[in-house]
Amino acid sequence: MAVDQDLKIELGKQGVFITTLQELYNWGRRNSVWPMQFGLACCAIEMIATTMARYDLARFGAEVFRPSPRQADMMIISGTVTKKMAPQVVRLYNQMAEPRYVIAMGACAISGGPFKQGYNVLKGIDRYIPVDVHIPGCPPRPEALLQAFITLQKKIDAQPLTGPGRPRFLDAAAQGEFPVPVPGEHDLEPAFNQGVWPLPVLQPGKKD
Amino acid sequence: MTASFKSPAEPKLNNLDLAPSSEPGISGDLLEVAMGPHHPSTHGVFRMDIVLDGERVIRLKPVFGYLHRNHEKIAENITYIASMPYTDRLDYICSLTNNWAYALAVEKLVGLEVPERAEYLRIILGELTRFQNHASTIGFLIQEMGASGTPLMYAFREREKILDLFESLTGSRMMCNYMRFGGCRVDPSAEWLDQVRKVVAGLPAFTDEIDRLLTSNEILMARTQGIGILPPDLAVNAGITGPMLRASGVNYDIRKIDSYGIYNRFTFRVPLGERGDVYDRYMIRLLEMRESIRILEQALKNVPGGPIVDPKSKIRGFRPKPGEAYGRIEAPKGELGFYLISDGGPNPYRYRVRPPSLVNLTILEDMCLGAAVADVVIIFGSVDIVLGEVDR
Repeated sequence: MAVDQDLKIELGKQGVFITTLQELYNWGRRNSVWPMQFGLACCAIEMIATTMARYDLARFGAEVFRPSPRQADMMIISGTVTKKMAPQVVRLYNQMAEPRYVIAMGACAISGGPFKQGYNVLKGIDRYIPVDVHIPGCPPRPEALLQAFITLQKKIDAQPLTGPGRPRFLDAAAQGEFPVPVPGEHDLEPAFNQGVWPLPVLQPGKKD
Repeated sequence: MTASFKSPAEPKLNNLDLAPSSEPGISGDLLEVAMGPHHPSTHGVFRMDIVLDGERVIRLKPVFGYLHRNHEKIAENITYIASMPYTDRLDYICSLTNNWAYALAVEKLVGLEVPERAEYLRIILGELTRFQNHASTIGFLIQEMGASGTPLMYAFREREKILDLFESLTGSRMMCNYMRFGGCRVDPSAEWLDQVRKVVAGLPAFTDEIDRLLTSNEILMARTQGIGILPPDLAVNAGITGPMLRASGVNYDIRKIDSYGIYNRFTFRVPLGERGDVYDRYMIRLLEMRESIRILEQALKNVPGGPIVDPKSKIRGFRPKPGEAYGRIEAPKGELGFYLISDGGPNPYRYRVRPPSLVNLTILEDMCLGAAVADVVIIFGSVDIVLGEVDR
């Protein structure tokens, strides 16, 4: 149930603050998203630049980089995920406590980017863990990372606490643990996690 | 008759000939710790398998390959010019010097002349790159000592000014992709050069600030002096290059030895260390930043006009004659070389990178043995590596 904005402002002028539980709850969640101190490749340097004085990630309540996944709310996949690194990334994600979010930063994290044809490069981390925001770019500018933060905050703000579309940690049936891939004979096994990454389906009747 | 090969027995930890424990009378188990691949201090994804006796390191095994992106294999399957953007992503803090080394190797392979103006531009961009690399390295090193934020923020404030120059010239902050075989890609305007002069005029204030803030800082001296000593003979035998080698007192700077480009026209000194500890490595970087400013000031005085690319250079149908070439430069981290073999085709037959970061990292164990586990982090930080270049 939404509160009439004009009424809210009017009451606010008179010293009365009203809100809904959902609004308050989401306000708290979106303004203290602590990222994990976790850099993979080139994009990590731009991530560091974003936290510095010029771009100042602290404005969005996300300046506290935590080295431990247990204390972090958000994982920024900043760079190329190789097949040697992918199991650790998934394991780190599994170790994070809910609520947790993932930003795939840069072309490599989204799809393998310029290194896609390499034999050792994962073609997108969204094959294994759910990604909330993708940022293209090689590397994305710090402004792009800030835009991703704002997008994530809007996404959190819009989540209802009950019913369909509620966050994963309020849904008892939602998947919490994601299988960690292991090196197989030719590729990582499994090649992707069911339910996270739908296999692209060719539609024979459809013409591009 | 088959020769019987006996593999040496796996040394048991308990049978190791150990120096006396730091606390006599107390015997305990050795502890194996895996630092990384996700560790806040490793510059990227790198693992150190450390065996600890109490606080002291008695064995350290570096584990590479978490960022192996198949750079060399990809480069053998694409044209020469198409590898240029990939070289940006080797040492992603200093893309312009990577471009330079690769362009130099190809220019040697096909015999291209670089016009005067392009040489000046390369020197200006290369020294700006060296400055921002050393500034960030010092910042990261102090960050790893526990001074969270301040020096790194100062370094990045300066770095952003230099990155703005790169961006206005090349279109990208980090991945500049600016050098071409036989020159550079775009001609800078006079306004851009004025901007560079303005930024360079502000750089000495930054080095002075860092000097005042850190050089005689008691905590920094206590943490770094006498830690991670690298003897000069070991450094030479291991093939260490760059500030690491010069901190050990070996006078070896490829800018002086090869005088590639037009470095022989500029006067600058090569700072040398005495002890080869972490403090010397910090100090060398600070002094090299000052020398970079000197080179920049000389180069910016008279940038000549003229073309920026050799007219013989061509992008389409670029097929060097069969042969091989090795081009190397003094990158901010050490000797960066590209070894190319051409079989006459559009792609290199063999493309090999000689990365300074990987070679400089090979003696990590020698520097860390006997050190406390907290010092491993700063010894590792003082090597100044970038994982994109280590694993390629």
